[in-house]
Amino acid sequence: MFLINCPYCGERDQSEFSAGGEAHIVRPKQPTELSDDQWAEFLFMRKNIKGVQFERWNHAHGCRKWFNMVRDTSNDKIHAVYKMGEKPPTK
Amino acid sequence: MTKNLRATNSKFIDQTSRISFKFDGKKLYGFKGDTLASALLANDIHLVGRSFKYHRPRGIMACGSEEPNAIVQVGNDASMTEPNTRATEIELYEGLEASSQNCWPSVNFDVGAVNNFFSPLIPAAFYYKTFMWPANFWKLYEYFIRKSAGLGKSPTEPDKDIYDHRYLHCDVLVVGGGISGIIAAKIAAKNNLNTVLIDDKNILGGTTLYQENECFKINNSYSNEWLKKEIETLKSLENLTIKTRTSLAAYHSYNYLLARENLTDHLDINEKKDKIRQRLWKIRAKKVIIATGAMERPLVFNNNDRPGIMLSSSIKKYIDYYGVKCGQRISLFTNNDTAYETAISLNNSGVIVNSVVDIRDKTNSLIVKQAEKLGIKIHWKSSVVNTNGYKKINSIEVMKLSDDGTTVIEKKIKEECDCLGISGGWTPRVHLFTQSGGKLKFRDEDNVFLPDKSGLDQISIGSCNGDFELDQVIKNSVSSTNKFLKVNNNDYENLEIITSKEIDKKNIWLLPSDKPLGKTKPFLDFQNDSTANDIKLALREGFKSIEHVKRYTTTGMATDQGKLSNMHSLGIIAETAGVKMGELGTTTFRPPYTPLTFGAIVGRNVGEFFDITRRTPIHDWHVENKAEFENVGQWKRAWYYPIDNENMHEAVQRESKAARDSAGILDASTLGKIDIQGSDASEFLNRVYTNAWSKLEIGKCRYGLMLNEDGMVYDDGVTTRLSENHYLMTTTTGGAANVLSKLEDYLQTEWPELDVYLTSVTDHYGTISVCGPNSKKILSKVIPDLDLSDKEFPHMSFKNALIDNIKCRVMRISFTGEHSYEINIQSSYAKSVWEKCYQAGKEFNITPYGTETMHLLRAEKGFIIAGQDTDGTMTPVDLQMDWIISKKKYDFIGKRSLYRSDTIREDRKQLVGLLTDDPKEVLEEGAQIVAETNNQPIKMLGHVTSSYFSPNLNKSIALAIVKNGKKMKGQKLFVPMENKTINVTITDTVFLDKENKRLNA
Ligand SMILES: [Zn+2]
Repeated sequence: MFLINCPYCGERDQSEFSAGGEAHIVRPKQPTELSDDQWAEFLFMRKNIKGVQFERWNHAHGCRKWFNMVRDTSNDKIHAVYKMGEKPPTK
Repeated sequence: MTKNLRATNSKFIDQTSRISFKFDGKKLYGFKGDTLASALLANDIHLVGRSFKYHRPRGIMACGSEEPNAIVQVGNDASMTEPNTRATEIELYEGLEASSQNCWPSVNFDVGAVNNFFSPLIPAAFYYKTFMWPANFWKLYEYFIRKSAGLGKSPTEPDKDIYDHRYLHCDVLVVGGGISGIIAAKIAAKNNLNTVLIDDKNILGGTTLYQENECFKINNSYSNEWLKKEIETLKSLENLTIKTRTSLAAYHSYNYLLARENLTDHLDINEKKDKIRQRLWKIRAKKVIIATGAMERPLVFNNNDRPGIMLSSSIKKYIDYYGVKCGQRISLFTNNDTAYETAISLNNSGVIVNSVVDIRDKTNSLIVKQAEKLGIKIHWKSSVVNTNGYKKINSIEVMKLSDDGTTVIEKKIKEECDCLGISGGWTPRVHLFTQSGGKLKFRDEDNVFLPDKSGLDQISIGSCNGDFELDQVIKNSVSSTNKFLKVNNNDYENLEIITSKEIDKKNIWLLPSDKPLGKTKPFLDFQNDSTANDIKLALREGFKSIEHVKRYTTTGMATDQGKLSNMHSLGIIAETAGVKMGELGTTTFRPPYTPLTFGAIVGRNVGEFFDITRRTPIHDWHVENKAEFENVGQWKRAWYYPIDNENMHEAVQRESKAARDSAGILDASTLGKIDIQGSDASEFLNRVYTNAWSKLEIGKCRYGLMLNEDGMVYDDGVTTRLSENHYLMTTTTGGAANVLSKLEDYLQTEWPELDVYLTSVTDHYGTISVCGPNSKKILSKVIPDLDLSDKEFPHMSFKNALIDNIKCRVMRISFTGEHSYEINIQSSYAKSVWEKCYQAGKEFNITPYGTETMHLLRAEKGFIIAGQDTDGTMTPVDLQMDWIISKKKYDFIGKRSLYRSDTIREDRKQLVGLLTDDPKEVLEEGAQIVAETNNQPIKMLGHVTSSYFSPNLNKSIALAIVKNGKKMKGQKLFVPMENKTINVTITDTVFLDKENKRLNA
């Protein structure tokens, strides 16, 4: 059970949050211009990394804000949390 | 027959306070402070169960949570009885009733024992191999296996006990109240850290508590006396909370731990009443110190499972702590020094110690010398090759070991005894450490897995960290704790410690016998009844991974999770396969460490608190009017309102007819309502719905369909434009929360530039729907000021109105196809407005109808219910709702997916209407639809999604999804049922009033 540091509220129990899959997948601005393959790449393809992964989380039972998280899936260590729109930490 | 095996006064047992209890129906006595196990042993009862597979008699073996055999059923009350409890952990109380559980019909006469004679036929995985085929026979096998397997009886009635959950936050959590844990807790608390110390026993002190031996002294006192003073100081510390009878069940990431505290299990039956029985603590600790100690391993040799064969350290605890002699002539069998502590304790209490059989060549440690001085006989370099006695051990057979330890030699000596203590060395309890994700390392010299790397803020100290000698334990516990807490406690400097040190170590995982391996029974896992032979068989059959061997042989898979058997399984696998134990790795220990009751897991969340129940503001009226309710998500919705003795069908037929003939009234308050405001609200709706919203006039309503990005229908509902930048969206009842979070997701992550704010207002408004040809007349009575003319207030429009000076919103929208209105009013007024409508409608026979009638009426009109007629694989085109997809809009959620190669396929499953040839025949929802019934397997074309008998059309109608259904209108298909086949014809989805004349009637 993680202890998650919501960028808006501070440390809260994982039970207040819901996970929203891989982060930084931008919805194409002009979907109609895309081929089936390009659209499928956006729609279906997700990484499943053992190691450091960028994820979306929502403080569903709190401030309801979405934010991003850098988490190591092999040991559940959370390296960083940052607000939507902010640049992901490089290291 | 029963002997009194109680020794002289124990400090921990109150011999003035006698307790009566029942075991297997027999009345027995023990004392306050006893466990069920110690009381049974004091009554000379060892035999407490039968083994799982062979039904061999089994006796009490240990004294704590690792007990594999003494698994009993407590209580016989249908609501309170509890199976699978360990007699070694049950504190004795007045009125306790317990019974052996793994035997049928009784512990002394057991039908399954015949398995023992057939045991060469029941090797590893016998059950897997035999009973799996033929599949039909399983029913026959199952009865007998279940009956004789003895997995305990479940309570048949709800648990009357109260359970509780609580949160606990602390700086330091110390798990284990033995000598190391006490030292750590003291250091932490004295340094102003908010500290919690938990221990599963009723008293702190661990095994040192009763260690009164010349060989173990601290500052010239026996180690137990020194510890007693430490505990007293500890109890006076301010920052410390001590929780005894509290067992750590699970250790999760981020130092989140679950512990179960037993509050009343030890109390007399009449004292338990109305008290919380167990509390589950949800602990978040900044730092965790694990001091869980070690457990003794058995030795694996022929017939090592007879009642009376016990762990040597347990025999010591029974005599030193409980004052109970486990026998009157006891032999010991060991590969290490600790058995000599037991020998000395027994000797001091006047129990005859026959001899110590030691596999080592000879050793001269302090404790061994002390035993020799007391005249205790030692068989060096020897092994027990066999034991005798069926329901209780009566003798052992001892032989000398060869130099390499693989065979036994010389003459066999037979030694009579009534108890045998065995000690195969010590295994650190690393279960919690591994549960928390920690990785182990292997120490070759004494074959133990030790904590290595952990990602959490935690340490292990004491014997669970591999320190087995008193001076080491104290020194390392102090220094590790100081370092871990970054403090500098010097309470334990300059201690003078005397301790016996083990000099010689030797280990043989599977001890040799004079008989060949196939003829012996060296048990590994006592609870699941697997032997060393099973492990070897699995290896011969090609299993290599420890996890596979474990599952194939079921070794370590019983309720004790192989606490006693794991190391031997690993050792034997390593030896047989010729690999190093450290390289083999170990199996994963999973929570809970010891079984948890369901009561503790669910806490107060039972009965009506199991889940949230949402009731509409009009709920009480429905109850008063005898509505039957159905659960829709967390909502209780009025389902139908039976009059007199009507059944559901009769009530629904009457309600449905009334709604179309005159007037009906429905509580629609559960529909999800989202208030949408902001200067970009229209643009936002354009992006989330398939149709266009920019041109919707203020005061108008529009039906919208929402897709997922994959093009599949997600939700639907009517949205009203209240003002320029203000909309009220409705969603399905079940979809409300998900729709809101989906919309929030897009707003926050994809379109943060939009000026839009979403607020859930579902609970803020009650929604009353009045429908039918007389709805206009009824509404004009309720809101006389409102102009209801079609010109002023046409279908799909909205008006603000006042009812008794209370503001409300009235929408003229329809889910039934009838002329109808929806009044949205602040929740607290909803019931009174409902009653007002009902009164006003009485002259028109206004009929309250529930969800079932609502479903029927909309099906007559072919309106879909998202989630019933759709299942996440239906596009709007599949639903024949092409009209709702805007051709002009550049983009909306899911648009691009509507022309993927798969979604433009013409032979997708599509929504159609179905009529049965026999108009009285009502199809079953979910029934499969086929085109021909001869060839097998029959190709499924689709299934029925909605089906009703329509009283307004006087025939059966259904909606279905059928492959390529759009093109099949008029075609005959079949719905095969268990004992008949129903003929159906594909039709249009709209059955009634195709021209929508009734909307304006
Ligand atoms: Zn938050």
